[in-house]
Amino acid sequence: MERDKNFVLGVYEDEDVLLEAVSKVRESGVKIHEVYSPFPVHGLDEALGYKRSKLPIAAFLFGLLGTILALTMQFYMMKFDWPMIIGGKDHAAFPDFIPVTFELTVLLAAFGMVGVFMISSNLKPWGQPRIFDLRITDDKHVMAIDLATNASLGEGKIAEVLKSSGATEVNKKSFE
Amino acid sequence: MAHSTSNYNLDQKFDFTASLKKSIMTVLVIGAVILAFGIITAMLGGGHDHANESGGHEFHWYQRLFANLWINNVYFTGIAIIGVFFFALQYAAQAGWSTAILRIPLSFGNWLPFAAGLMIVTFFVANHDLFHWTHSYIFDKDSPEYDKLIDGKGAFFYWPMENGSFPIFYILRMVLFFGFWVFFFNKLKSLAFEEDIQGGTSYWRKLRTWSALFIIFFAVSSSISAWDWVMSIDTHWFSTMFGWYVFASWFVAGLSAITLVVVFLKEKGYLEMVNQNHIHDLGKFVFAFSIFWTYIWFSQFLLIYYANIPEESVYFVERLQSDVYSPFIFVNLVLNFFLPFLVLMTRDAKRHAIFLKVVCSIIILGHWFDFFLMVQPGTLGHNGGFGLMEIGMLLVYGAAFTLVALGALAKKPLIAKNHPMLEESYHHHI
Repeated sequence: MERDKNFVLGVYEDEDVLLEAVSKVRESGVKIHEVYSPFPVHGLDEALGYKRSKLPIAAFLFGLLGTILALTMQFYMMKFDWPMIIGGKDHAAFPDFIPVTFELTVLLAAFGMVGVFMISSNLKPWGQPRIFDLRITDDKHVMAIDLATNASLGEGKIAEVLKSSGATEVNKKSFE
Repeated sequence: MAHSTSNYNLDQKFDFTASLKKSIMTVLVIGAVILAFGIITAMLGGGHDHANESGGHEFHWYQRLFANLWINNVYFTGIAIIGVFFFALQYAAQAGWSTAILRIPLSFGNWLPFAAGLMIVTFFVANHDLFHWTHSYIFDKDSPEYDKLIDGKGAFFYWPMENGSFPIFYILRMVLFFGFWVFFFNKLKSLAFEEDIQGGTSYWRKLRTWSALFIIFFAVSSSISAWDWVMSIDTHWFSTMFGWYVFASWFVAGLSAITLVVVFLKEKGYLEMVNQNHIHDLGKFVFAFSIFWTYIWFSQFLLIYYANIPEESVYFVERLQSDVYSPFIFVNLVLNFFLPFLVLMTRDAKRHAIFLKVVCSIIILGHWFDFFLMVQPGTLGHNGGFGLMEIGMLLVYGAAFTLVALGALAKKPLIAKNHPMLEESYHHHI
């Protein structure tokens, strides 16, 4: 069976039930593809065993890029391209560059972080996000189980595990 | 709930053991010995150095001693009052996370009465040697030393008396600030410890009211004390950012001291309720306010540098173009900005004691250098510097402060067991 195509979905009403269910489902040996919820559920990342996001590293690198860009830009402009004397200072008066450097660092760190987040979570403009169940944008939590990664268990067994963990509905969903 | 604060020994007290006392006393004695050596070398060597500028005043070794006393008076007063301020801030903001560590900042306030005594005595002993404006001849219109600018500012020191007589307004402010600070500290302390015995939420409400009142008073008094005690050394010069600058320096040094004591107690096995999340929050405070201090420092510097008005830029000319002080400008920035910024940037560094111990110690030393740079150039000129006297005096003050704070901490329970937000603090998770 192909990965990332066919899913069994457990629908949960309550976030406390969901949190308990995540641990139960994982204990029973079912691998969870992803959990979708309409609002952030505190402790869900730990329950799913997710590692910490690497987003701060992207932010740091983009920030560093901003710092370097700002400094080289200002040095090039003020020292080589069009030297100007401002307030009797040197052409390349380092303290004057700091505010612009600070702003560009913050700007690039922020934009870079948002961009990386958008791309990595498939929210990029040319991407097509997959909606497992429209109600995850309203009032239901949905746990998606990939059938391919749990091939040894079979659909019936997975549905049983989901039901016993407190899912109010168990549905199937396939993507092209 | 399965886990709750009742699992812990809420009546736990900090045991200020004899061996710990002894090691702090050893630091104090070592400091005193280094200080004595410094004084002797200064007496033998420094006494013959005649200053050519500033009217040809002869330089005496004890001026450097006074300047050192003043640096540490101001610095440790700051750490003490920031302890009280941090405590009050938690109540005013209705913060719950910090409940388990509240007794540590509160204990710093016990230094305030000592600080008040030292400050007032040092002022009377050292006044002409520290503060140029205390000379009466600069207010005398017939004197060749008459200074029109300082005469114009004279009322700020001498009101309602005549300029150049007794600085009653200045002394009054000093007494008033210390008086109110000690009063608010005692009020907050007695309410907090009564809560331990009586329980109930009424103490928390009272504490919140008193905290808010204290913060209003502190907002004004911290700024004015910065002008009085530090900025008035360079009497001609002024900066509208100076109150913030001194406050920022005090605040980050105080936060570092709080963090250091919390980490130290945690390692000794106290404060079982405090976990990595609380440490993380303290780390974030230290990280954020290092940047805040840098922001204030740089804002003051950049405006003066850019505008380049002689009466303003003289402050930085005195420091940056002096072979004594110019290296310390960079020491100041590296210790107080670059190191904390780079080391504490990651989440892991803020959650692990070893990084915090290193960075907080660096910051406490670094902000001493900040005050060193505020006080010494204006009082000692090229006769100043970082030598034995400075190291010794810092060690003496640091050890004395630690003795007072930890001694007070040992007298009362470490945990505010009847604080209504204790449970919230226990469950704090980020």
